[in-house]
Amino acid sequence: MEKETEHKPGKKYGMVIDLDKCTGCGSCMAACMAENNVPCKDDESNKLTSITWMRVYKLTNRKPFPETEICYIPRPCMHCGGKGDLGHSPCVSVCPATATDYDHGTGIVSQIYTRCFGCRYCMAACPYHARYFNWWDPIWPADLKKSLSPNVSPRMRGVVEKCSFCFHRYQLAMEKAYVEGRRDLEEGEYQTACTQACPSGAITFGDLNNPDHAVSTMKDDPNAFRLLERLQTNPKVYYISTRDWVRRAGDNYLKNEPTNSKPRVMGHHG
Amino acid sequence: MMKIDRRSFLALGLGVAAGTALTPLPWKLTDDVSIWTQNWRWLPVPGDGDVTMEIGSCTLCPGGCGISVRKVGDRIVKIEGLPGHPVNDGGICALGISGTQLLYGGGRIKSPMKRSGERGQNKWSPISWDDAIAEVTTEIKKLVEAGKLESLACITGSDRGTTPLLFKRLLAVLGSPNFMTTSSMADSYSTVIRKMHGLSGAVDAGFDFENTGFVLSFGSGIVEGWGSPLRMIRTANDLKTKKVAMVQVEQRLSNTAAFTQALVAVKPGTEADLALGMAAVIVAENLHNASAVSGFAEFAAMLKQQFSPDAVSAKTGLKSTAIAELARKFADPANRSLAICGRGQGSAPGSMREFMAVHTLNALVGRVNTQGGVYAVQAPDYIDWAKDASMTAAITGKTRIDEAGVGAFAHTDSLLNRLPAKILAKGDSPVGLLLVSEANPVYTLAGTKQVMEAFKKIPYIVSFSTTMDETTALADIILPNHSYLERYQDIPVRAGLVKPLINLVKPVAAPQYDTQNAGDVVIKIAKALEAPVADAFPWENYEDCLAKTLGDKWEPMKEKGFWTDEAFVPSAGSSAFAFPAQLPDAPVLAGDEKAMALVLLPKESMRLWGGAVADLPFVLKTVPNTDLKGNQVVVEINPKTAASLGLADGKEALLTTASGSATVTVTFFEGIMEGVVAIPKGLGHTGSEKYIADKGVNTGDLIAPFEDPVSGMDAAFGTRASLKRA
Repeated sequence: MEKETEHKPGKKYGMVIDLDKCTGCGSCMAACMAENNVPCKDDESNKLTSITWMRVYKLTNRKPFPETEICYIPRPCMHCGGKGDLGHSPCVSVCPATATDYDHGTGIVSQIYTRCFGCRYCMAACPYHARYFNWWDPIWPADLKKSLSPNVSPRMRGVVEKCSFCFHRYQLAMEKAYVEGRRDLEEGEYQTACTQACPSGAITFGDLNNPDHAVSTMKDDPNAFRLLERLQTNPKVYYISTRDWVRRAGDNYLKNEPTNSKPRVMGHHG
Repeated sequence: MMKIDRRSFLALGLGVAAGTALTPLPWKLTDDVSIWTQNWRWLPVPGDGDVTMEIGSCTLCPGGCGISVRKVGDRIVKIEGLPGHPVNDGGICALGISGTQLLYGGGRIKSPMKRSGERGQNKWSPISWDDAIAEVTTEIKKLVEAGKLESLACITGSDRGTTPLLFKRLLAVLGSPNFMTTSSMADSYSTVIRKMHGLSGAVDAGFDFENTGFVLSFGSGIVEGWGSPLRMIRTANDLKTKKVAMVQVEQRLSNTAAFTQALVAVKPGTEADLALGMAAVIVAENLHNASAVSGFAEFAAMLKQQFSPDAVSAKTGLKSTAIAELARKFADPANRSLAICGRGQGSAPGSMREFMAVHTLNALVGRVNTQGGVYAVQAPDYIDWAKDASMTAAITGKTRIDEAGVGAFAHTDSLLNRLPAKILAKGDSPVGLLLVSEANPVYTLAGTKQVMEAFKKIPYIVSFSTTMDETTALADIILPNHSYLERYQDIPVRAGLVKPLINLVKPVAAPQYDTQNAGDVVIKIAKALEAPVADAFPWENYEDCLAKTLGDKWEPMKEKGFWTDEAFVPSAGSSAFAFPAQLPDAPVLAGDEKAMALVLLPKESMRLWGGAVADLPFVLKTVPNTDLKGNQVVVEINPKTAASLGLADGKEALLTTASGSATVTVTFFEGIMEGVVAIPKGLGHTGSEKYIADKGVNTGDLIAPFEDPVSGMDAAFGTRASLKRA
């Protein structure tokens, strides 16, 4: 094997979601559930316990009819890198069991179900409500167990789960690349299920550090923003919207603050 | 006792503290606790196996998507969109993705079933296929002997493709013309094109959105499932990127209106008036296409008389200046405009007044049978045996029970909505034996109460359904079809495309249960009936029939999953367009205007499907709790209207219409017109599937049908309603 003499910067997998394209159809939600063996309950209308790794929220500008506007916003796990991408994601920082960890090679926040003992500290820490708890054992009635994919572990009660950026697809793509004698992946080789399913092409996924990947240039769009950016969680999911009220809805702005302002409170890390 | 001095005590204490801080024991313990509490037997460990990708087609809606199915061994673990397919090119909707939950789910009928209790009690005993086919054959023979062959009826979802036509052929050879299909906007478009272009046969509207410069949508759910849902979402996004303007005429901020960011709010039911008001401006300002000829003079006179700017303004609630501006924009040839209609997903047929008005508007400015406009498209004509004498000889001159195809309703093929009243009329049911395949009329027809009564009066019902749906629950015998993932079938796509497309439903999974392809069963029944019926079915089995029918398309379709003709140019509508001198009246909203001051409108979405196929668990999970909360449907209302009625957000209310009432939960939404209540379609299912049964209410329970005077189809778009504090 060739000896690598340089440290290449790690990959930083992220997403750019164009909110002008999102129609709120929910394909991304269903694709994620089918890909990742997410179970269904009889009553999913209680959204506090409904497990949806990808969840599409509906924003409104709250103006009266007919000036009302709405915007759908798909929210996967943000795979926060923390300040400077040092891996201090809110959830990783609090997990007592190292069930969740930040992978510096891909930028993905992992979740190992067999390490988690269900304290839910990570759920409290996550500002994006991206983590879900299995209050009950999942049930797959009739012959539905046949539809389970062997690439993703089914969870049982007492365990927290969340979007993994379809990490199993990364593993499979890397295995294929290794077999073919490669170490790098093409943009199309590793795509998340939600990206693949979206009928509008609203979701773009790729390596934010790779100039050949679309996401690396899309994230610099002047209309791009991230959710709760000023918490300095450093999320990997960028949103693009040509509408100012949507960009403002992405954070807690004071009435007279301009959109996309810098964080007002500087942490002790500078 | 050991003597410990202070120094040793402190040293020991520090040692213990340091050891505790450095020990991995707590973390090892948490790890062990996690693993040993998750080792239970019932946690599934999905088996591994060879991974293969297979091509198939989705039939869960009429959109005609191609699918790529990922299998591990012989299990389907994921359904994805087929890259390169003309309709969806790799994308897929939530319902399509959830197909595995239909294939492997609890709603499946696992073998032929015979009713063993009273009708509707849901008591069944399994029987063998030989017995089931023998029983149905015997029942048909009884009709032959009694000379009551016209009481043999059939309801299918569509009349295109070999399987529905085999049913039609069975009826035709036996002497019954009573082959019916569930109606939708596709049928309204066919009727309007036949009537206004003087055409006949299988002709549809094809929309060339890809080349349009301005879209005017009269309530059509462009990104919510109208036409071919995936094709429309992709195309709408392409149009948006090209900065093509799209205007949505509607009473609420639907997802389509939100996507277009251009909502024109008109009073409910006045969409046709807006179209004609626009036409009046176009004619008055001489902006129309000069080549428009036949009937134009009378049409223009009618517009001048009935659709003056003030009259239309009063009717629609729009300013006359706004109507004029919209008209001028629509008429500008540089805009290559296209007007479309068919509310929501177009699952309800709609009114001929609206369809004729919108089609006329397109014709007026030369947008019919031209690039970027609407085409009259002849359906692919590849089923030769569907044109032979067997299909007509024994039924020529016979009147259908639903009276479609003759007299007033000459341009409509099927009027299923008229069947319940015919059945419930005095005397025996005119339907003696009903076959139902790929349709769920007991759920989907408006005026559910009357529909249920009618079906209960039919002496013998045979269902070919894959799942235990509402219509099948009333059957006497079930001959379950394979699901669309387990069988072969040709599906000519009828969803507003311009180029012809025939999808091939392919068996990507082995049959999971003791089911049979309905095509095979029809051929078996025909053969069991012997000559002359058997002679009209000269195939060994359905696959033989399909292969012979498709001819040289068969092998390429098996490989690719579909057939299309990229070089196709529509030529059907070259015949002249006849302008209407008068338009039929608008459907009347049922209910007393004083007692019921609100208008109840159904809404359709990509997350809650209101057709024959109910939402599957994954899809139902995406439904927000502003549509379904617990087991109760949630209705949308403007906060101002709610305030005037004393209703609180998130609280219960009693919704009453002329058809019935239901307890609902109320949600406030700024984006809906005052005086209008929106209710989602797709709820109110019954049965034993707990994730969906007995949740919400079927809009068919609350909205009665309204027979269109020209097409005969159900033109109801809503109803009057009252909403009172519960």
